Amino acid sequence: MPVFYGTTVDSPLMLGTAQYPSPAILAAAFRASGAGVATVSLRREAGGGQDFLRLMQGLGVRLLPNTAGCHTVREAVTTAHMARELLGTDWIKLEVIGHTDLLAPDVFALVDAARELSAQGFKVFPYCTEDLSVCGRLLDAGCEVLMPWGAPIGSGLGLNNPHGLTALRAAFPDVPLVVDAGIGLPSHAARAMEMGFDAVLLNTAVARAGDPVAMARAMALAVDAGRAARAADPIESRDMAVPSTPVIGKAFLA
Amino acid sequence: MRLTINGETRDLDAATVAEALAALGLGDARVATALDGTFVPAALRAATPLTAGCALEIVAPMQGG
Repeated sequence: MPVFYGTTVDSPLMLGTAQYPSPAILAAAFRASGAGVATVSLRREAGGGQDFLRLMQGLGVRLLPNTAGCHTVREAVTTAHMARELLGTDWIKLEVIGHTDLLAPDVFALVDAARELSAQGFKVFPYCTEDLSVCGRLLDAGCEVLMPWGAPIGSGLGLNNPHGLTALRAAFPDVPLVVDAGIGLPSHAARAMEMGFDAVLLNTAVARAGDPVAMARAMALAVDAGRAARAADPIESRDMAVPSTPVIGKAFLA
Repeated sequence: MRLTINGETRDLDAATVAEALAALGLGDARVATALDGTFVPAALRAATPLTAGCALEIVAPMQGG
């Protein structure tokens, strides 16, 4: 199971809490998923925050607050401080968005914010790209987890750059790596786990499915299958056929 | 005093962040605060004065990905 900053979580599936049809379906989806970590945001209190917090605390999952929607270092750092006080956790999913249409990270501001927050005692989970240099800078900044995107948030495209993600896994074999964002199907989640990622973080694929609870269960099965496959040392793929049935002993019938 | 609370202009009889929360019925709520973009820890709310035109943000945990 993944270990983040010395804490072992119960499942390689991390699940977001947005966009479910109802709080009851959210809760049922979490139970079906077996997810060990739930992401939450901070938003202006308009009456719903207290009930939501009670709901989440009843699910028995570890909460990972995010800085979603922040575009500057200052916004992200202030949000992280508010989250730490509110939820009593020094974990923070750090998002600093640089491009509105793609919700792509501003990797320069991300590194600056990660450095500042790490120095202030936060355990930073940076939403980043799979760029090796950027990831190296985030580790230098104090991050002990990396969360590269699979594809743009909410797109459901899966793993846009599997070769880049594979290279990242190979470059940082001892760093917990999470594919965050873009997963649309259980096969995407399974593939990330087969590639050796420690966990996947997804939200829309479950919350917006026709049956979120059933999809949560499917995702749980997928990450388990992918993790088991990785541990079983998969074969290398090749371009040409290799007969699986022995050639020796075939009857001469021509 | 006229101030902006969560983006809305309000007239509130409050001199500190703590008094503003109490006046809004959020004295006991699980919320976090920032004044003019700077985090105000709960322990400092009573000692943090409001000034005319300041912007107070009051947030709570909500749905997120």
